[in-house]
Amino acid sequence: MSAEQLAGLSDNLVLATVLLYLVAMIGFAMELAFGKARGNVSAAAKRRVPLAAASSGGVAVKEPETAVADTPEPPAWALKAGTAAVALGWLGWAANLAAIVTLGLAVERWPWGNMYEFVLALCCAAVTAFLVTQLRQNIRFLGAFVMVAATLGIGFAVKYLYVQAGPVVPALDSYWIAIHVSAAIIASGLFTLAGVAGILYLVRREGLSRLPTRAELERVAHRAIVLAFPLWTFAVIAGALWADKAWGRYWGWDPKEVWAFITWIAYAAYLHARATAGWRGRSVTIVQLVAFGCLLFNLVGVNIFLGGLHSYSGL
Amino acid sequence: MTIDELKKQQAPQPAQFGVLGWLRWGWRTLTAMKTALVLLFLFALASIPGSLVPQRGVEPDKVAKIYQNNPALAEWYDRLSLFDVFQSPWFAAIYLLLFTSLIGCIIPRTSTFVRELRRRPPAAPKNLGRLPYHSSLDGDLTVEEAAKRLRGLRFRVDTGPGWVSAEKGYLREVGNLLFHVSLLGILVAVGIGSLYGYRGNVLVVEGDGFANTVAAYDRYMPGSQVSAESLEPFSFQLTDFSASYQLQGQKRGQELDYSAYLKVNDSPGAPERAYELKVNEPLEIDGTQTYLIGHGYAPVVKVTDGKGQVAFDGPVPCLIESKPTLTSACVVKAPDAQPSQLGFVLGFLPTSVQTQDGTFVSAFPGAINPELQIVGAFSGDLGVRSGRPQSVYELAPPEIMKKLNPLVMGSKAPKPLAVGQSFDLPDGAGKIEFTAVKEWMTLQIAHDPGRVPALVSSAAAVLGIVLSLMIRRRRLWVRLDGTTVQIGGLTRTEGSGAGFSEEFAGIVKILSSGEKDVR
Ligand code: HEM
Repeated sequence: MSAEQLAGLSDNLVLATVLLYLVAMIGFAMELAFGKARGNVSAAAKRRVPLAAASSGGVAVKEPETAVADTPEPPAWALKAGTAAVALGWLGWAANLAAIVTLGLAVERWPWGNMYEFVLALCCAAVTAFLVTQLRQNIRFLGAFVMVAATLGIGFAVKYLYVQAGPVVPALDSYWIAIHVSAAIIASGLFTLAGVAGILYLVRREGLSRLPTRAELERVAHRAIVLAFPLWTFAVIAGALWADKAWGRYWGWDPKEVWAFITWIAYAAYLHARATAGWRGRSVTIVQLVAFGCLLFNLVGVNIFLGGLHSYSGL
Repeated sequence: MTIDELKKQQAPQPAQFGVLGWLRWGWRTLTAMKTALVLLFLFALASIPGSLVPQRGVEPDKVAKIYQNNPALAEWYDRLSLFDVFQSPWFAAIYLLLFTSLIGCIIPRTSTFVRELRRRPPAAPKNLGRLPYHSSLDGDLTVEEAAKRLRGLRFRVDTGPGWVSAEKGYLREVGNLLFHVSLLGILVAVGIGSLYGYRGNVLVVEGDGFANTVAAYDRYMPGSQVSAESLEPFSFQLTDFSASYQLQGQKRGQELDYSAYLKVNDSPGAPERAYELKVNEPLEIDGTQTYLIGHGYAPVVKVTDGKGQVAFDGPVPCLIESKPTLTSACVVKAPDAQPSQLGFVLGFLPTSVQTQDGTFVSAFPGAINPELQIVGAFSGDLGVRSGRPQSVYELAPPEIMKKLNPLVMGSKAPKPLAVGQSFDLPDGAGKIEFTAVKEWMTLQIAHDPGRVPALVSSAAAVLGIVLSLMIRRRRLWVRLDGTTVQIGGLTRTEGSGAGFSEEFAGIVKILSSGEKDVR
């Protein structure tokens, strides 16, 4: 296939991705809407959970459990809708990945040299984080929201950030792009998953709701951030190493550097607030979302409004 | 006594301690974890204006624009150091406080940790059933055997009559300390770099060379501890410069690649070597890096004066006016011309084409059809010898321009010259000839002894933070009375419960298995 054909194929695959994510989102939403409602267990109630009787030889482990309310059994098709949504999600993910790969083949370089390509990969990373996590842990409740985020992200990229497939400036023609940008993509994908969980946390009230419990949401967000934070640190350091090769200094307070640093501090504050100050619930979720806001501002705001050396958005 | 006086008498402790007490109180407040966190936040907040307001060191032209458009605002920005946020006293104050705070935090934490390392794991609580993780089994496990098996799992173990206590996960605190120490390391490295490092910029035209001395730089910014003699004595010559551009499609004219071919002498006596300098591939000589930053055109111009003598002959570096087409502008000054000095304002078009309305523009950045436009030619005193510094990109300051005699301007300007063509000035004032096209490159040369320490520190910081986030501190107790074995566990790190329950189940299994199954 010629480069143009590959690039065209990539464009079509992007559209397929958006469609598949949309349908998957509907499936996930149906499961949520007609599935079981879940109640939040207050911290006090949790402490009062009687100790599991220690049976001889067995292991009794006290885990904060989700109380499932006494609602009527959900219809069987609700569960099926969820399963179908997971399958569609995987299909969409495959299309997303294929769109990135064909784009890379068309331009014969790493396919994340501008903002359009970056957002495409970022959405793929966020969906990957969700799909892989749900294999090991039941977080299907997040599906509808992750799919909304990914659909919006790709839609935004196609509408406002699209750049025709082509070569990049010489500064980006380096193996560092594989290291620095890939790390930024994976970290941002995980942060996005955490951000989605955080927003839901705030939307959801205490008590009975179709939405996942706050404890579940908080746990998902924390796990994602614990994984993403070292990766983000690595991405920023790799950026500094690259800047040392490309721009003649390893750190120069360029707008992108400033905001990458601020984002780093904000997520560090989240982790510190939990680990050292013992914050839980709403307050850490707000810290987390402020950090996520910084991440998004660095991606959208800095690229579009502030410029600087790091102007590779292609806008 | 008034109430106020009464209050003062019973003032909080610091007043009783006097100066020393206040100092101690100040130090304790400064080194509290909370203060460090607040300072860290402030540090991040303080860097925001640096990303919103143009910085003098990075975008001097934008700063100048603000001065032009809104002098009052610029004045205020300047007063608040907003054009130099990262060199400002208030920014320095924040990070100096932060790092003092870090030091104050690290020292006591390290000694606490060392003491904790020496101490034995705490004795077993009475009722292990109260612990978040617990289990009991039948068996005649002995204290020695249980301790042995736990040691095999790399626990630190202490024993007492009928109980075993074990603890694991000390690397978490090691990681935390390492992280904080590394942050200090980064600051020290940055400090070393700004005191003992230097950087400078220079423009070099094809065929010319550069020797690393202070005088050779166009702009030279040394750290306060750098002496002119300490510059590494290397030199090089730019033999050739080549750039390639995208020929077709939407991105036509985009740079694809460019290289500067150098002949380098690492030191005065050293043998010459060839080096291809590219973006992302700086030339390193004894810790000094030379970076290729930019490039452009330098048409070679020959000016003959009214008396027929050559008044100027050489390449003229042009400033880029339009990046996608490399349309550039430059000036030529011939103060030696007779009978009167000559000056030219020129436009350089790498690929010159004529548009419908008769004007000439550049259609492509590569030098396919290079032409030189004479935008204006002047005679008269250029003021070069006035002693006032002048820009090489401006013919003369406005007050001098007004007094010059325009020979060619506006509609009188000739068609652009191709290479080899010349133009005779009116009234026999002289002649200008466009003889060849050369390219120039701009270089940044930087010596930063803090680079490697900064890298090592940041790598250590990552390692530290990974350790402190991934490892959890966990304690385990076993109580045995010959017939039953009670096991209880506790993890001191939140958010890791799910992982620990598996580990706990595994430990219970190991403790419950018979003698033979255990290595
Ligand atoms: C200390 C230096 C650097 C830092 C802190 C840094 C930070 C970041 C961050 C946070 C991103 C995530 C995406 C975004 O927000 O836009 C990113 C993306 C990217 N970086 Fe860097 N970076 C640095 C140096 C460099 C250098 C030297 C280059 C190339 C010469 C580079 C090229 C890119 C590209 C191509 C992307 C993806 C496209 C984009 O979104 O702009 N970065 N960088």
